[in-house]
Formats: sequence, C-alpha cells, structure tokens
Amino acid sequence: MINGTVVDLSRVQFAATALYHFLFVPLTLGLSFLLAAMETVYVTTGRPIYREMTQFWSKLFMINFALGVATGLTMEFEFGTNWSFYSGFVGDIFGAPLAIEGLMAFFLESTFVGLMIFGWERLSKGQHLAVTWLVALGSNLSALWILVANSFMQDPRGAVFNPTTMRMQLASFGALVFSPDAQSKFVHTSIAGYVTAAVFVAGVSAFYMRRHRHMDLAKRSFRMAALFGVMATIGVITLGDALGFVAARVQPTKLAAMEAVWKTEKAPMPFNLIAFPDQARRVNHGAVRIPDLLSLLVTHTFTGTVPGIDALERQAARRIRNGIPAVEALQTLAGDPHDAVARAQFEAHKADVGYGFLVQRYAPDLQQVTPQEIKRAARDTIPAVAAVFWAFRSMVAFGLLMLAYFVMAMLYTLRNSVQDRPWFLTLGVWMIPIPFLANECGWLVAELGRQPWTVFGVLPTWMSVSDHSVGYMVFSLCGFLLLYTTFIIIEMYLMTRAIRIGPEAPGSGGQSGHARAAQEAHLGG
Amino acid sequence: MDLFGDLQVTWWLLLGVLLVGLGVMVGMDMGVGTLLRYVGRSDVERRVALNVIGPHWEGNQVWFILGGGAIFAAFPLIYATAFSGFYVVMMLLLWTMIVRPLGFEYRSKIADVKWRNVWDWSLFVSGAVPMIIFGAAVGNLFCGVPYTFAWDMASVYTGSFLGLLNPFAISTGLLSLALSVMMGGLMLMHRTEGALRERARRAAAGGSLAAIILFAGDGIWVRALDGYRLVRSPQPGTLETPLEQIVTRAAGAWRGNFSLHPVLWVVPIVAFLALFGAYLAARTRRGQLGWWCGALAWAGVIGTAGAGLFPFLLPSSQDPSVSLTVWNASSSRLTLEWMLGFAVVFVPIILWYTSWAFWVMRGQVKPEHVAHDEHVY
Ligand code: HDD
Ligand code: HEM
Ligand code: HEM
Repeated sequence: MINGTVVDLSRVQFAATALYHFLFVPLTLGLSFLLAAMETVYVTTGRPIYREMTQFWSKLFMINFALGVATGLTMEFEFGTNWSFYSGFVGDIFGAPLAIEGLMAFFLESTFVGLMIFGWERLSKGQHLAVTWLVALGSNLSALWILVANSFMQDPRGAVFNPTTMRMQLASFGALVFSPDAQSKFVHTSIAGYVTAAVFVAGVSAFYMRRHRHMDLAKRSFRMAALFGVMATIGVITLGDALGFVAARVQPTKLAAMEAVWKTEKAPMPFNLIAFPDQARRVNHGAVRIPDLLSLLVTHTFTGTVPGIDALERQAARRIRNGIPAVEALQTLAGDPHDAVARAQFEAHKADVGYGFLVQRYAPDLQQVTPQEIKRAARDTIPAVAAVFWAFRSMVAFGLLMLAYFVMAMLYTLRNSVQDRPWFLTLGVWMIPIPFLANECGWLVAELGRQPWTVFGVLPTWMSVSDHSVGYMVFSLCGFLLLYTTFIIIEMYLMTRAIRIGPEAPGSGGQSGHARAAQEAHLGG
Repeated sequence: MDLFGDLQVTWWLLLGVLLVGLGVMVGMDMGVGTLLRYVGRSDVERRVALNVIGPHWEGNQVWFILGGGAIFAAFPLIYATAFSGFYVVMMLLLWTMIVRPLGFEYRSKIADVKWRNVWDWSLFVSGAVPMIIFGAAVGNLFCGVPYTFAWDMASVYTGSFLGLLNPFAISTGLLSLALSVMMGGLMLMHRTEGALRERARRAAAGGSLAAIILFAGDGIWVRALDGYRLVRSPQPGTLETPLEQIVTRAAGAWRGNFSLHPVLWVVPIVAFLALFGAYLAARTRRGQLGWWCGALAWAGVIGTAGAGLFPFLLPSSQDPSVSLTVWNASSSRLTLEWMLGFAVVFVPIILWYTSWAFWVMRGQVKPEHVAHDEHVY
C-alpha cells in the first residue's frame, strides 16, 4: 500500500524542483527574443552599439541558461523516478510531447546556442542573426510542447482508458495538441517569459543609468525593454483572463478555490477582493467584496454563476459512488481479462473511474466503503483554498503593478527623460524580482489548484507515486536541497558580478580581450 | 505480425540509434571531462580542451534528454519501472549530470586557481560517473532486475540499491567509461596540437585497448550468466500486459538469438574491428578516422547488447514471467505512428544542422585563440 508520507515528500520534491526550474526558464524564453531583436537592429542598421548590446546581454543569458538546462534534466527524469505509476499510466500520451520537445526544440536551441556564443567570428552577420533567431524559436517551441503535456494533466483530451492494458491510450493526437487549455497556456506562459525578460533588462539598464555608466547601451536597452514590456504585460493580462475562462469550464474546483467561493449564490455573484479562507469551517474571514464582479469576470456576463464548493462536493460524492463499480470491474478484469460481465460494468461506469480510485485511498477494499469515507474523499476534491486564492491574487497584483510600471517607463523613455528620474531608476532595480514571483505564483495556482489529481478527474495524486521508502525520499530531497542551494548562490554571485563588471570597451561584449589576457596570465601559461 | 508489431520493432531500433547517439556524442564530451586534468597540465591547456567541445556539448547532451523522452513515449513501462527501480543510482546520475552545465559555463568566468580547480574536478566526476552508470545499467539488464507488478500494473521494486552494483554491471560500466575516454581522446587528438595532443593520443589508445579487453571479457562472462527466454506470449503485435507470458531462465540463454541467426555475429565482429581501427588510428595520429571508428564501435557494442537481449528490454529477476519486452512495454499503435512521423522528419534535420555546427567550428583550437577571444570558455 502507498505510504502517505512518501506521497507528500514526492509532491514536495516535485514542486520544489519544478518551481526552481521555472526560476530560469522565463528569462530564457524572453531574453532569447530580446537578443534576437537587438541583433536584428544591429544587422539592419549596422550600428555597432547594438552588437555590443547583443553580446553583453547574451553573457547574462548564458549564466541563466546553464541553470535552466541543468534543472531541466532533473524534470525530464523525475516523472519516471518519482511518479512511476503516473508514467506508466499516461506515458502513451504524456511521453509523446516530451519526446517531440526534444526532437523539435531542445536540439534546435542547444545546438544553435553554442554557435550563438562561439560563432561571432566564424559566421557572417546574416548567419549569426539566423542562429540567434533559431535559439529563440527553439526555446519557445520547448515551452509549447511541455505545456501541451502539462495541459493534458489539467484537461485530459484525446485519450481513453484501455482496461486490457490498464493504461491510458492515445485516441487523437490533434485533440491533445489543439486543446484550448494548451493553446491559452502556451501564449500566457511564453508572454509571461517576455515580461520577465523585459523587467530584467529594464532593471539592469536602470542600474547603469542610476550610476551614469554605459549610458548609451543602457538607454537603448531600456527603451527596447520598455516597449516590449508594455505589449507583453498587456498580453499576459489578456491571456490570463482567457486562461481563467478555460479553467472555469474544465476545472470548476480550481476556480472555486481561486475565488474562494464556498457556496453557490444567485447571479450576478460578488467578487472577493480580499478574504481569509478557512478550509475547516468553509467560510471566509474578513472578506472585502465587490458586487457582481465575479460573474462578469468569469463568465463575461451578469447572469452566469460560479458553482460553489458546497455544490462541487455533492457532485463529487455522486461521482465517487458511480466510480466504485468501475474500479471493482477493473479488479476483476485484472484477474480475467475476458470476463464479459466485468467489462460491461466497467463500460457503464468508466466516466467516473478516477473518482473510484480517489476513495480507495481510504477504503482499499471498496466492498467495505463507508459513507464517511466517501464524504472524506469528496472533501479531498477541493484544493487548498487559501493557498490558491492568495497565489492567484498575488499574480494578478504583480501583473497590474508591472503594467503601471511599464506604462510609466514607456512614457519616460519616449520623452527621453528616464535618466533624469533617479527614483524611477531605483524602482526599476527593485522591480526585478516581481515577474519571477508572479511566475511562481502562477504555477502554484495551476498545480495546487489541480489537486487532488495528477490527471484531472482521472488519476489521483496519491496513486501516482513510485513505491519508494521514506528513507529514499529523504535522501533525494536532501541531495536536491544541497545542490540547488549551492547552485543558486553561485548563479546569483556570477550574475551580479557580470552586471557589476558590465560591458566595457566598445566592440567587446565584456572585459576587453587584453584585460582578460592579462588576468589569465596570472594563472600561468 | 501486423503493422503494430513492425512499429514496435522500429522503435526498438530507433531507441538503439538514440543510445548510440548518446554514447558517441555525450560519451565524447564526458571523455573530455574525465581526461581534462590528465591531458591539460596547465590552465591554458585545459581551456583549449574545453573549447574543443565548448560549442557542441549542449547540443550533444540532448541525445541524453531525447533518449529519456523517447523511452517515455515509446516504452512507457520501461521509463516507469527502470527509473524508479534504479532510484538511488538515477539520483547519482542526475546529480552528477546537472553539475556539468555549470562546470562548462562557469569555470572560466573567474580567473582564480581554486575556483577553476573545483570546476575541473566537477567536470571529472560528471564525466566519469555518468558513463559508468550508463554502462552498469545495461549490464544489469543481462542480470535481470528485481521487480514485479501489482494488479493495477504499479511496478514494485523488490531489490536494494546495492544489488545494482554487481560485478558484471561494474565491468560493463568500465567498458562504457573506456569507450568514452577513447572518444574524448580521439576528438582532442583531432582538434588540438602539441603536448596536449600527445597525451590525448595516449588516452585514446589506452581507452580503445581497455575497451577491447573489457568487451571480450564481458562476452565470455555473459555465457555464464543466466539468460532469459520467452517461452510463451501473446501474438506479437497485439496489445498485452506483462502478466500474460511465460519466461524461463537458463545459463547461456543470452546467446539464443546468435545461435538462431548466426548472421548476428557480424555485429560484435564489427565492434571489435572498429575498436581495433580506433586503436591503430590513435597510434598513427589519425584523429578523424579514429573518431569515426570509435563511433562505429559504439554502434557495434550497443548493437551486440541489443541483439542478445531482444525481445527483452528489462528482464525481471524477481518474477521472470513479468519481464518487460518490446511487445508488452510499448505505447499504443497510434502513439508509435505519430512519434515515428516526427522522428522521420526531425532526425535527419538534426543530423544536418549538427554537422553544419561542427563544420562551422572546424579546425584546431589553439592557445592564442583561447587567450584572446572573450566568447570562449
Ligand atoms: C509574469 C508572470 C505572470 C503574470 C503577470 C500573470 N501570470 Fe498568470 N500565470 C503565469 C504567469 C503570469 C504562469 C507562470 O505562466 C502560469 C503558470 C501556469 C501557466 O499556464 O502559466 C500562470 C497561470 C495562470 C492561471 C492558471 C492556469 C491553470 O490553472 O492552468 C490563471 C487563471 C492566470 N495565470 C491568470 C492570470 C491573470 C488573470 C493575470 C492578470 C494580471 C495573470 N495571470 C498575470
Ligand atoms: C516549471 C513550471 C512548473 C511548476 C513551477 C510546477 C509546480 C508544481 C507544483 C507546485 C506541484 C505540487 C502540487 C502539489 O502536489 O500540491 C506540482 C506537481 C506536479 N506537476 Fe507541476 N509545475 C510545473 C510544470 C509542470 C509541467 C510542465 C508538468 C508536466 C508536463 C508538471 C507535472 C507535475 C506533476 C506530475 C506533479 C506531481 C503530481 C502532483 O502533485 O500533482 N508540472 N507542480
Ligand atoms: C515539468 C516538466 C518539465 C520538464 C520535463 C522540462 C525539461 C527540460 C529539460 C530537459 C531542459 C534542458 C534542455 C536543454 O538541454 O536544452 C529544459 C530546459 C528548458 N525548459 Fe524545461 N522542463 C519542464 C518544465 C518547463 C516549462 C513549464 C517550461 C516553459 C513554459 C519549460 C521551458 C524550458 C525552456 C525554455 C528551456 C531552455 C533553457 C532554459 O531552461 O533556460 N520547461 N527543460
């Protein structure tokens, strides 16, 4: 039987390693585009300052990229090492986008990133520009395919469960790839990456302007970042709204948690601007509400309602009762795959087989299931409301904050007066962590809000884990903790160091060749 | 056998291609890492060695990532069972592998002896350890891995971590290390000059010689191991679970395929000839020729293992009859078809631009170049 501690530790480990991976990914996604844009200006206008800019920012890009790659390796194998039941159960569908990501995106990105860095002297201007664009394309394609995989977990389309093999099986590749969740998720997430890079570039440029260093490079970089940032922030907010719209349809439990709606009310429903949800007593404390707004935001009408947690739990209990015979039929089929009665029973109840699994956590023998156990499992279908609610509020607040910041940044830079506003430059530096936080919050909403499922409505999280001992899990968690902490310290050190050194003599992307040669000479030839 | 069966075999072959790509490309980079402190006695020499593979290691590493992804997509039960069963070893593999990108990217950022020494040793560890683990994992397939399945097809690992470190697996681990040292040495020989080149040459010759001995030794050893034989199973090419077959164990059974189809002996013979070719090329200072011989040798070695194991992918020592095979561990027909479509389109494109990247960066890496170009490692 699966050990609850192992489930929790596996979740902690996956969450920590994924959140960590996503500290580096958004910057790669966005900065690769900004690099390509800068280099395009260089190639079309021939002005060397843009070459210097491209080279300088690509140094910072590479420091970040190394950790993105390193932590991505963990992710690629963690499904097998820690979610072995999950991997066997949905590998038929889920593995495909992951493999395609390797074929289509990682090879492209990683092969050309080498040429982007090492190829300045060997490629023609046009060739080098093409290489930089291919890196940007590769990183964005990688986001596309991984998000197709992730969307399958949020809204499993294009697959059926096969009781003969006891696994899910691909039914339609098109339905998998063109799932509306995947589409809006991809656009929202990649644009979130552009926002991240824009804030980063603007912030570092502001740092230089504040100290009157590298003024030309900083002003131009700031302007590009500000324009890019305004558009991207508007995009991320618009698409965030679309994503909420999609989520509302496929995952009502996530929506109810995001908005802390304990009870269904008559339309138009009010919006909880602030609230302190209390999961045990199923109420909100200290709620500040705006009338009618929830219906408007979520359904884009005044007449739509949002199902509350009370109604969702009742529905879950019904589905659990309907799912139990499906699981029992599967147990029979495991012994005798040709049992026609069991097969018919499975067919009749298969829509809710996942809900049957859900209650098995408390009633391993489903014949003996009690109403309390069903009630408990039905309660499980509601994610951690306070965490999801606040993660969502924070993301939106950060998004609005960045929008305000970029609108100002754009106005000032177009009037060519940013450099004269020290307070705004200081603000720019302080804004750097904001998009990273917004990204992490977004994932917390998406992934915590999906609980208790790994594949929504089909496969509960508790079943998905590998059968490790607690000792193994503690071992691996400690290892990751140690390594990842060391890594982030080294990365932050190198990043701040590279920023402090900054771009130097024109025509060099960093320390001049001579300075470096002199330094190297100390080490002895 | 219908189309589904053909697809399964095709994906088994493609997996072989990916593993050869992994061995040749990642093995080469890891060989350079392993040899770094031996071939490079000064900092400049070490930087020259690193910059030989500097523009390529990231692209090469994707063979490893894609290997994982392709196992996941084409043989999900292998991905699920093997990676969770080998948990501790997998963690060691991951941890050593994730230090590598930082080693390459960060080592030369700071001109400080201690800083660089730490990264040099990290590159050594992250070169040698993963190669030993790859080889040992393949070796363990010949010994069988202790696992079984629950009613719902949850895999249950019943062995301990230490069981994976048996003597046969260690010898195959060393074989893979030797092959990687050979490839790293040959590449360095081809692209550097002077004392560095001489040391690389010696390493390449030593590596290929060690590989010849280990490969022959393992070939003899495997006859004494208990092999697996598929006695009865559903018709290949029908959807099945691993619970519907009968498998027995018998000494020498791993030679069954070779006895049945003597033409398969060509594969190990090619491996030996290629290894010998690589050795001679190293002796006669022909780096590029040697490199291609080395690549062929990887194909021969992996091909030999595959030919012996077929149709087994992951035999179970706990309960041989639930052993995972090409027939019962694969994805459905539709997935295999789609994936094959993507592979047919993208693998040639990948090979094309990878070759272009090597061509752009062709020629020898020289100390002057390393000292003056600020884009290098
Ligand atoms: C710079 C980062 C950033 C910003 C400013 C926003 N988001 Fe976001 N959001 C993300 C970065 C992000 C993300 C990290 O990219 C997520 C995590 C999972 C995903 O698909 O995208 C995400 C997820 C996410 C989800 C959950 C998707 C799911 O459950 O699958 C919703 C509903 C929104 N976002 C909505 C919004 C709204 C209405 C915003 C308005 C301001 C907003 N986001 C700003
Ligand atoms: C990089 C961005 C991502 C972040 C930050 C992230 C975050 C998280 C978090 C916080 C959890 C823990 C939820 C919980 O157990 O309570 C989780 C679970 C999980 N996520 Fe994600 N996730 C990311 C992307 C993905 C993607 C792209 C996939 C699939 C392709 C995925 C698959 C999973 C799986 C399998 C689990 C474990 C099962 C579970 O607990 O639900 N994640 N993730
Ligand atoms: C949880 C599932 C995930 C897995 C298995 C995974 C896997 C990987 C791997 C193996 C790499 C290294 C690739 C290389 O060598 O080039 C990588 C890097 C990358 N991943 Fe992830 N990843 C996950 C989540 C995500 C998400 C959610 C996104 C984007 C939305 C993303 C975007 C990227 C990008 C752009 C890179 C390239 C470089 C960089 O990271 O800085 N990944 N990922």
